Amino acid sequence: MTVNGEARVCDVKGSESLLSALRDYLRLTGSKGACEQGECGSCSVLLDGELVCSCLVMAADAEGSEIVTIEGLGGPELHPVQKALVDSGAVQCGYCTPGFVVAAAALLEENPAPSSDEMREALAGNICRCTGYGAILRGLETLVAGR
Amino acid sequence: MTTRVRSRTVRDGVGESTARSDGIPKVDGTYLYSSDLYMDRMLFGATLRSPHPKAKITKLDIGPAVAMTGIHAVLVGDDVPGLNAFGLETPDQPILASDLVEYWGQAVALVAADDPETARLAVEAIEIEYEVLEPLTDPEEADRRDSVFHRARCRRGPQDVSGAVVVEGYYEVGMQDQAPLGTESGLAIPDGQGGVDLHIATQWTHVDRDQIVAGLGVEEDMVRVHHAGVGGAFGAREDVSLQIHLCLLALYTGRPVKMEYSRAESFVGHVHRHPAQLWMRHEADADGTLRRIEARVIIDGGAYRSTSDSVVGNAVYHAAGPYRCDSVAVDGVAVRTNNPPCGAMRGFGAVQACFGHEAQMDKLADALGMDRVDLRIKNALGRGDVLATSGQVIDTSAPVVEILERLRRMPLPAEDLSDDPRLLPGGTGLTTSRPMVERGVGYAVGLKNLCFSAGFDDYAEARVAITPFGVEVHTAAVEVGQGLGMSCAQIARTVLGIEDVVVYYDDTSKIGSAGSTSASRQTQMSGGAVMEAARMARQIALERGGGDELDGEGVWKDGVLVTPMKDLVGRENIEYHTRFHHPQTEEPDQNGQGNVHVDFAFAAHRAVVDVDRELGLFRVVQIDTVQDVGFMINPRSVVGQIEGGTMQGIGLATLEEIVVEEGVIKNPTFTDYLLPTFLDAPPIEIEVIEEPSSFGPFGAKGVGEPPTVSSTAAVVAAIRDATGLELNRTPVRPEHVASAPL
Amino acid sequence: MEVVHPADLDEAVGALAAHPGATLLAGGTDLMVEVNFDQIRPEVVVALRRLDDIQDVSRRRIGAGVTFRRLESGDHNALAQLARTIGSPQIRAAGTIGGNIGTASPAGDSLPFLAGLDAEIELHSTSGTRRLRWDDFFTGVKRTARRPDELITAAVLPEDLPDFQEFAKIGQRSAMVISIVSACVFRWRDGRTRVALGSVGPTAIRARRAEEMISEETDPGPTALEEFARLVAREVNPITDHRGTDDYRRHASGVLARRLLERCLSS
Repeated sequence: MTVNGEARVCDVKGSESLLSALRDYLRLTGSKGACEQGECGSCSVLLDGELVCSCLVMAADAEGSEIVTIEGLGGPELHPVQKALVDSGAVQCGYCTPGFVVAAAALLEENPAPSSDEMREALAGNICRCTGYGAILRGLETLVAGR
Repeated sequence: MTTRVRSRTVRDGVGESTARSDGIPKVDGTYLYSSDLYMDRMLFGATLRSPHPKAKITKLDIGPAVAMTGIHAVLVGDDVPGLNAFGLETPDQPILASDLVEYWGQAVALVAADDPETARLAVEAIEIEYEVLEPLTDPEEADRRDSVFHRARCRRGPQDVSGAVVVEGYYEVGMQDQAPLGTESGLAIPDGQGGVDLHIATQWTHVDRDQIVAGLGVEEDMVRVHHAGVGGAFGAREDVSLQIHLCLLALYTGRPVKMEYSRAESFVGHVHRHPAQLWMRHEADADGTLRRIEARVIIDGGAYRSTSDSVVGNAVYHAAGPYRCDSVAVDGVAVRTNNPPCGAMRGFGAVQACFGHEAQMDKLADALGMDRVDLRIKNALGRGDVLATSGQVIDTSAPVVEILERLRRMPLPAEDLSDDPRLLPGGTGLTTSRPMVERGVGYAVGLKNLCFSAGFDDYAEARVAITPFGVEVHTAAVEVGQGLGMSCAQIARTVLGIEDVVVYYDDTSKIGSAGSTSASRQTQMSGGAVMEAARMARQIALERGGGDELDGEGVWKDGVLVTPMKDLVGRENIEYHTRFHHPQTEEPDQNGQGNVHVDFAFAAHRAVVDVDRELGLFRVVQIDTVQDVGFMINPRSVVGQIEGGTMQGIGLATLEEIVVEEGVIKNPTFTDYLLPTFLDAPPIEIEVIEEPSSFGPFGAKGVGEPPTVSSTAAVVAAIRDATGLELNRTPVRPEHVASAPL
Repeated sequence: MEVVHPADLDEAVGALAAHPGATLLAGGTDLMVEVNFDQIRPEVVVALRRLDDIQDVSRRRIGAGVTFRRLESGDHNALAQLARTIGSPQIRAAGTIGGNIGTASPAGDSLPFLAGLDAEIELHSTSGTRRLRWDDFFTGVKRTARRPDELITAAVLPEDLPDFQEFAKIGQRSAMVISIVSACVFRWRDGRTRVALGSVGPTAIRARRAEEMISEETDPGPTALEEFARLVAREVNPITDHRGTDDYRRHASGVLARRLLERCLSS
């Protein structure tokens, strides 16, 4: 499969998830596991351009697919979403942050100027336990308003 | 010689919303959490757990697991070389249960294997048989049988006082989970000489170290605990979970061992917020003056003690709320059952108490025909008043009246006319349209003791070094996400006048304890230690440099740079190490009286809730809060703590409960233990009151817990206001609100 | 473990015939939870994500491989409404209607839609194609009449589609919920009405007495609507679990059905 633009081979043993392949085999630990069942969004990645929970993708089914993880999202500069979240104080423990960044980047790709309620609905699959979401919303609103 | 006007303020000092040094690594995915650690040749640990809330172990045969390929260790209770017990305050829980299991999910055996899958299969291969015993799961029954960890009581003032108006109530608080997104995880690395280095997500490295050392039966310096990246804590990481297990496996195998709990395992792997039952009786004069408060509190400590003694103490001391009253009787008990063990969670006994006393205050206001906020203001504590329960004089800022006055003046949200489902109860489920909605408004105010109480030797160490390369701050305090490191750096910058400050989180061998990152204490304690050490380092610098001012360029005298930094510390760093204590507290007397707590913070919330009465669905429209913060070292962090803490309180009001039936957790997943989502998060308007605390750097107070104390009570009060229902239990469920079944 | 990526339908059913009991991967949002929780360790997996033959949607035929993300913007109002309530965008991008049908959870969100329309489930195997009506297909809690060698290829809707259709779902949060009760109501201009409910029985439940009653009413007033709600509440068969009580589910079934009917009537 292609991960962040690079062809990678990952010889998984069984039915383990793409998240496990990324973290345990390719040692790309930016994507986090927190619920193992698609309830928290911490493991969000792009699979062939679609935002998915990598814990619910069977690694073997990602064969031949293109995957973008948090590690591949920014370039030498931070991705605008990354910068927005740092600037607004949206990072506390930060465990949910990579998933939020990937999900928010995917949303803005599809809808460059979402309303606040559209953002809240689109990011409802990403759980944050520290911030109460306020700083995340402010960061994204500022980013969208500045575009 | 340089002569110029020295800039008076340093950049990124206290009072500014500085950028956190871990911000960029956390957004780009490179920050390493304990679960991200990796070493060559490392093994993976797994745990065999009890499927019964109470049972005798009648057979335990590890043979089939040992015989498997890829297995390097299978350990049981007899393999624990030291004391087979741990506990945050009292070592009463076996590291591995040998004869008896006393709660569902208790650890019985450990495995280390080449990979996680093999470790799990080996756990399944262990042959174990139980004789199932009848579990004790009813807290009231436990109280009757005197199955108790601790009884706490307060008696103050004449006990025969009565008032013209009396209200009574019974209240229940469900078992909440801290649910930090990072589950328990860590990596233990043997040092080859009988010692071990543990890298772990924790809240207090030194107290982990002490319990590990006791379990391993080794000298203190053989174990070094390093704090790895922490994915949230909220109390869940105060107690030992896998710390000792990891060290046992690492020492036994001689190889690095990693463990990471699944979410389901995490639900049994750490303690939870105590579920509580409260009976309260308030008596007041016709003008609303509180005359008498009586309360009884039962909290369920579960199978082992953890911090139950302190939590029930806190529940008792907070039972009267932030109100004056000179006749008080409160009895509390932490019972021992076969339910999941409970311990620390943000708010620590004050949350449960606040849910009761604030419901009572609304009831009392209604009985008196008084405005609910007016009644609170009439009885509000202020500086110099006496805390109704402990009898101690409040010698810190206590702006309860101002909090309530300001909260009341904050604008209410406009009436919502939108039919967008995201702004209605039921959300995208499309259950509800606007005409079906009734709106309610609820107020609640609470207090929280700060730092450790009741005579505990509470201290934090810090070391500040001025070096040619900038300032180093060394601490063993744990950064759990709240921004402690940033605050410590800001304090050092402002005191020293030097911008270039780096905070080092030292392991337990390099510096003494900073105490726990809990009890809203680190800003005051580790912040206080950094301030003290920085002041002394500055003093040394001024003496060495022969001047009256210090900044990044060096020491100045009368506006002239007399000793440049390279000369000041070119040959020898300036270092100061300190152990900072807060003013000593007292153990309470037999009536619970004394200077039991060192400081308090106060906060109030006003919740606006829309309710679809017929379906029992509700949505928090907005929640506003005013908090007494002392001084904001980092305003953005203060806001972050208030927003996050408020949200956890909303969670307890509307969603979050570990459902336990006959000792078994029925919902140990994020599918069924529901956390608030982005769509459940209301706007929060925040005002703070900055009135200096009795101690604490620049007058700062801890800010983490107060927002969690009163938010739950305010939300439930708003649902009551909309529906007229009694709603004496939190979290509120749809079936509690829905109009009578057809 | 072996993974088969069939290029077309024939290859897919060929693989199923060759490996009886093979595990079908149709989105993974249910299956991977079982894998992650160590409840299953599949030996042969037939992965359907890239099987083009089951990706088409038309007015009367919904390919099994269509994701809920696509259905969110589809022609059928109730189907779009229910799709929006399924998990998060991440879940909807992966989860398919075929997977939802195959899992046959009592809380499966597409089930009331299929039940209310008397949809047929199309099954394909090396021995041919057959269609089963929903009530012949769903046989119990997570049980269906699909043979191990069969692949679900589509849900087929009747020719006579309703003029109005509404869906709603009760959960405790504003989003990301497993339903406590879900309901679909269909109404034709001539008065015919169908109502199906989820999470209140082993599989979707049709409230047929309530349907008969209300179908007689061309312009139902408040009394008829209340009677309709009462009948619906009687016909469901809920249990009490940690998500909700049987009494609440019964009550909420009636209320939801009545509200959805009102929406149909006011459309």
